[in-house]
Amino acid sequence: MNKNIILYSAILIFGIAAPFIFPAFKVQLSILCILIILAITWNVQGGEMGYNTFGNILFYGLGMYLCASVQVGMFFPLGEWTEGGGEKTFVHTPAQFFQGFAVGLAVAAVVPAIIAGLIGYSILGLRGHYFAICTLGLGVAAGEISGGIEIIGAGQGFTTPPFPNVDRLEARGEFFYFCSFVVLVFTFLAVKAIYSTRFKLVLNAIRDNEDKAEAMGIQTMKYKIIGWMISAFFCGLAGGIMGGLVGYIDSTDVAFDGREMGVFMVLMAILGGKGTLWGPVIGATLFHIFKEGFWTFFLGWQYVALGVLIVVIVIYFPEGIMGWLREKYPERFGEVVDEADRKAQVTLK
Amino acid sequence: MDFLIFQVPMLTLQAVLDGLLLGVLFALIAYGMALQWGVMNIINIAQGDLVILGGYIAYFMYLYGIHPAWGVIVSPIIMYFVGVIIYKLVINKVVDRDLFISILATFGISILFMQLMNFAFGADVVLANSGYGTTMLFDNSVTLPNSKIFSAFISIVFAIGLVIYMKKSKLGRAIRATAQNARAAKILGVDTEKVYAATFGINAALCGVAGALISITFTIHPYMGLPYTIRSFMIVIVAGLGNLPGVAMSGMGLGVFEEFADYILGTEFRIGSVFLLLVLILVYRRFKLSRKREYLK
Repeated sequence: MNKNIILYSAILIFGIAAPFIFPAFKVQLSILCILIILAITWNVQGGEMGYNTFGNILFYGLGMYLCASVQVGMFFPLGEWTEGGGEKTFVHTPAQFFQGFAVGLAVAAVVPAIIAGLIGYSILGLRGHYFAICTLGLGVAAGEISGGIEIIGAGQGFTTPPFPNVDRLEARGEFFYFCSFVVLVFTFLAVKAIYSTRFKLVLNAIRDNEDKAEAMGIQTMKYKIIGWMISAFFCGLAGGIMGGLVGYIDSTDVAFDGREMGVFMVLMAILGGKGTLWGPVIGATLFHIFKEGFWTFFLGWQYVALGVLIVVIVIYFPEGIMGWLREKYPERFGEVVDEADRKAQVTLK
Repeated sequence: MDFLIFQVPMLTLQAVLDGLLLGVLFALIAYGMALQWGVMNIINIAQGDLVILGGYIAYFMYLYGIHPAWGVIVSPIIMYFVGVIIYKLVINKVVDRDLFISILATFGISILFMQLMNFAFGADVVLANSGYGTTMLFDNSVTLPNSKIFSAFISIVFAIGLVIYMKKSKLGRAIRATAQNARAAKILGVDTEKVYAATFGINAALCGVAGALISITFTIHPYMGLPYTIRSFMIVIVAGLGNLPGVAMSGMGLGVFEEFADYILGTEFRIGSVFLLLVLILVYRRFKLSRKREYLK
């Protein structure tokens, strides 16, 4: 327990000090926070509940669009803002910007959670690969359809309100970094709290054998929907912040980017280890470092590398880093190992 | 959105004919999907990218002055070996595992292929011009490009040929035996590893044929693969595994649906409506099965 407090406070202090230690990497650090949030939320569903989804990108993109729309729509007509061509004559004052952003984030978190609750009953009745493909379809469909809606910019994209002129140049990066960092801490603590309750055990029961869980009297559908709503809530928050950070929302390339973000979150959680608390955090950090290195030094080959990386991780490393550590040092994970028992086990082929 | 299509009956006919001819192509791709799904129990997200790769082979023949229709012969031969190589490198390691592993692994292959094709062939939308002209029907009110008729005809020929091959040949029998029970087939002396490689190769070859036809009839682009995958997945789950007439019917149905969605909703919603239809079909089947307390397997 004592060791944990030292570890957590060290990470917290590092997180607060990071933008001042590495001032040039503020945007990268913010994106890292977002990626960790996405990996953690994917893990709630894919790792703990066993419902592998490609569709959480739906909530991420939804949050992005909602946050920006609310931020603009609270003060100016949204249709004129997103109309192409011409100078934008509307300027947010600092007070308007922050007020709008706060309300936008709240909407971006709540609405996706509600939508997840509404569609959850239909979609979560599917299992296994049908669920995976169905959510993949949902994500892509959302991207294609939002690319045809005029009021949110259709195919030409949606410019989020520019950061207001405060006298310090650094302010924008710091604001978004601390936003994402605070949300990350909030997400982590919330998920940690959830994992220490009976709820997590129910999710694991659903993963291990849903029919048996149902036979034991657990209302699996209720828990599955709640699990998905938790995922959607934090995904929407992450999306809202990411929209402000990027400053420009495109339907298929930024918001509903199934080919990048949608796969990244699965990959990060698997790389770190599905079904563990720290796995997604470690996986996302490693993945982000790898990705940035590749994106910087081998520009153009990044998708080739990404494709190879997916195949290699999935085939040779499906247990992830935490899974591998667990196999190697089971004692540290609180498992009691009987050496004689382990030797007596024969793998059947 | 104007509903011109309901006012002019000939447009309806046009959409139906276009959809049917397109649907035959979809059915051919879906046939490959059903084959590998049934035999090897994997879902190949890279299916659409194999189609596009096959299309680029025909396009290159066109660039070098060979008539692209010969791509129908050349493309499957090359794609067969591409398929076998993919099997040896990746697929054989995911055959016995969880389906989600195969989905993710082939998703990786799909991303890899997309980008490699983007490097090799450029990001332009291209088509191989066959120069077949068009047929006009009913006082020029319905136009059918001959290339579409040609492609539908070739797809049907290949599909029938493959059905006969699967019924009569030794390899076809081995494939069907493996699909029924891989372990029993192994005991009775079928080299299942070879059968799997051949199945994936045949699937890739079918994709090659379809791709060559698509490059003649429509356009190809490195990033256009995923919709073909989703379409074929949809066709297979509607028809059910191992139901070949069903695959043909639902393929053509999907083609018609798409043409109507294109006319009524507008071209920008065409792909979106395909993906939404997939979601709707899955949800419909889920509710239908849940009445019997079952779920999609």
